[in-house]
Amino acid sequence: MSIRVRYFASLREKMGRTEELISPEDLATVDDLWRAVNEGHPLPENLLCAINMEYADAGTAVHDGDEVAFFPPVTGG
Amino acid sequence: MLIALRDRAFDPYAEISRFQSEIWGPAGKYGATSVFVGTMRDFNEGDIVQNLWLEHYPGMTERELSRIVDEAAQRWSFLEALVIHRVGAIEPSECIVLIAIWSTHRSAALDATRHILEALKHQAPFWKKETLAQGYRWVEKNTSG
Repeated sequence: MSIRVRYFASLREKMGRTEELISPEDLATVDDLWRAVNEGHPLPENLLCAINMEYADAGTAVHDGDEVAFFPPVTGG
Repeated sequence: MLIALRDRAFDPYAEISRFQSEIWGPAGKYGATSVFVGTMRDFNEGDIVQNLWLEHYPGMTERELSRIVDEAAQRWSFLEALVIHRVGAIEPSECIVLIAIWSTHRSAALDATRHILEALKHQAPFWKKETLAQGYRWVEKNTSG
């Protein structure tokens, strides 16, 4: 299983990286993925996530080859 | 329908005029045009803001804008839409966002413009980073309106 994880804005700076490719053994949801790259901590409520450029939730399933993005609340306009 | 991201300053009024006359332009078909122009202020939350960096998520940002405008088009059945949003480095007094809607009657244009603006502010992946006199600050949330 291979997943491209991307970070934006203040989260990108906090994580210290723009993206990473991870190959987890056993992973079902967005929350599982977040925990895999954050020492087991759950996905914070104020963060948003998208799978393949569509909004998703902590419980949404992730699949091999997905691009999963995490980012703070949006502030355009 | 034209939805675009721009990494350089643009004149919203020239864009409206060009879109209406060169790209679209069926004079006599529309009775109402509603326009919203969002401009960069040089202050926010009590601080002077020197300039702004607008980050986006290439691909998803365009997709979200299209989805928002399509959704509004189904609900209000307006005739045309022009949405342009800046990305990158922005200076005070430059236009950040332009939304223009053409419709047969006024309510569709006015209501769709407001709806698209609010949906864009809450759903389209853009993030503002302000340059202050000392250092930088990410804008954490939208103003209340």
